Amino acid sequence: MKSSVIIFPGSNCDRDMDVALKKFGFENQMVWHNDAEIPKSDLIVLPGGFSYGDYLRCGSIAGKSRIIKSVIEFANSGGLVLGICNGFQILTETGLLPGILQQNKYLNFICKNVFVKIKDKENKYFKKIKKEVLELHIAHNEGNYFCSKDELKSIEDNGQIAITYCDHEGNEYEKNNPNGALKNIAGIFNKDKNILGMMPHPERMIDPFLSGEDGSLFFENLIESL
Amino acid sequence: MKVKVIVTLKNGVLDPQGKAIQQTLNGMTFDNVSEVRQGKYFDIEINEIDESKAKLQVEEMCKKLLANLVIEDYKIL
Repeated sequence: MKSSVIIFPGSNCDRDMDVALKKFGFENQMVWHNDAEIPKSDLIVLPGGFSYGDYLRCGSIAGKSRIIKSVIEFANSGGLVLGICNGFQILTETGLLPGILQQNKYLNFICKNVFVKIKDKENKYFKKIKKEVLELHIAHNEGNYFCSKDELKSIEDNGQIAITYCDHEGNEYEKNNPNGALKNIAGIFNKDKNILGMMPHPERMIDPFLSGEDGSLFFENLIESL
Repeated sequence: MKVKVIVTLKNGVLDPQGKAIQQTLNGMTFDNVSEVRQGKYFDIEINEIDESKAKLQVEEMCKKLLANLVIEDYKIL
């Protein structure tokens, strides 16, 4: 299976993602934001970081970069596109995913482990994961998911909510919502569920000696599902 | 010519920075300040002499990049 990780100026989780993808069997290639085309891939990943210094709005400049046209074409033809953190912000700015990630409600940069509940398994990203709740890491200043009421109804009706912040038992209490996101949303799909944007970083949870292994479950499932 | 644009958050969209500024002003004895909403201002120098053409172009810039219409409104001055 071939994957491509796009590097934008200011990306900083690109190499972690490269390590994670290779560890679980992907043949990964790094692609520069100013390239015109993406080499043949089964999966495209937009990594975390601060693309273009978060100028204007997080992800807005990356959303207009040269490589994005081919990412949009790939996504619209049904290809799997995964955006983590800043990658999620870029996906909303391109319009591939609805809504926007606003500044965290309490104005603080949050860097900690959180629990997220898997809301949908009828998709390639979570299909064979046996757990319902994963412990993953978040690190962001703009993770407060927001969309209009109509849009929210539409993403709920279409089962586009992928993961939500919760406690270790899967209860989605407000106190477990780190950033003020609507409905505790931590990740969403597009309608066809081939595009996933999520704030948590699975690539940071693939080593029991460093952090945890729930990220491993994510990548193991991904390579099996493809 | 120069075109000026103001981008503001839509009504009802949470503005935590505006809230923090308001609370700080209240703490500085400006206790009659009941709300602050923070926005962005752009000065755009555009090589176009026809004002309506320039503004039409800036309108497109606002829709495509300068504002995110999910949460923001824009005003061309």
